[in-house]
Amino acid sequence: MRNYLSLLFLAGLAFLLFVIAGQFEFGMAPMLVGSAINQASPEQVGAANIVTSVVLGYRAIDTLGELAILFAAATAGGLVLGHAGTSARHDPDAGFILRAAADVLFPLLLMVGLFIIVHGHLTPGGGFQGGVILAAAFFLPLLARPGTRFPHGSFAIVEGIAGAAFIVTGLLALLTGGEFLQPLLGQGEMGGLLSAGTLPLLYIAVGLKVGTELAGLMAHIAEYEALDP
Amino acid sequence: MESLANWIVLLATVIMLVGAVAVLVLQNYLAAVAATSVVSLGAAVIFVVLRAPDVALTEAAVGAGLSGVIMALCLRRLGLHRIEGTAASAPQAGADTDGDS
Repeated sequence: MRNYLSLLFLAGLAFLLFVIAGQFEFGMAPMLVGSAINQASPEQVGAANIVTSVVLGYRAIDTLGELAILFAAATAGGLVLGHAGTSARHDPDAGFILRAAADVLFPLLLMVGLFIIVHGHLTPGGGFQGGVILAAAFFLPLLARPGTRFPHGSFAIVEGIAGAAFIVTGLLALLTGGEFLQPLLGQGEMGGLLSAGTLPLLYIAVGLKVGTELAGLMAHIAEYEALDP
Repeated sequence: MESLANWIVLLATVIMLVGAVAVLVLQNYLAAVAATSVVSLGAAVIFVVLRAPDVALTEAAVGAGLSGVIMALCLRRLGLHRIEGTAASAPQAGADTDGDS
């Protein structure tokens, strides 16, 4: 069985190498949406990163759906895993190298994550990517010092406020006569930090929500008492 | 430039395939989780070459980082967490993971 599997993988490898070495021409798909958005986006949304203008402008309701799915998953995880009791057995502190590295990396990861979130409308990246980096930053101290309590309560509050802010921003657009989640506040100068209307604010909300949610989920899994090996 | 990109993609593909095979054949579960992260990192490199930096960033953060951490945490939860040696020493952990038996 294993021999056949190896043979299959070898065939796959050979096929992929053949495809890459063959340098075939890419076909042209009959897609007109991409070029149309490329044309219209700088004037309609004003974000230097066109991907962001799609994610938070043209398809913002999809992003809301993604947030809802992530929220449901994290909530279900938290429900199943529950809180660890105060007397729960936890791992001993990590070694010196991991503890020192966690202290050095925490501010660095925090800064990189916030930078990616805040510059989501200018450079590649945005709320989801930066949020995951934020979650890693907040999870790192827990890995180095398993005894410390993870502040689940305050994280849940930040998560709730961020999620509500996203929807309220969308409703405000609705109140001012636009569509749900339509960018407000004027476009500003394209390429500036304060440009593209409410898109940066939406991405900050997304980043905070994703970051706190995933950090809480990882903390839940890590805190849960491991079965006796 | 074009040929350089081709070589990078070729290298990344080979690394990804080696990582994918390693996931199947490695006896240590933690090492297999690390190998899945290697596959995601290779995919991130290919996304950069294909000029999709947004997707590459997501792949590197979520695919290589977050999912690896969550799988490693779940291994510990299941009691299959071994830094050294093979997982075969763990209770009820079969040595064959590819459905041989």
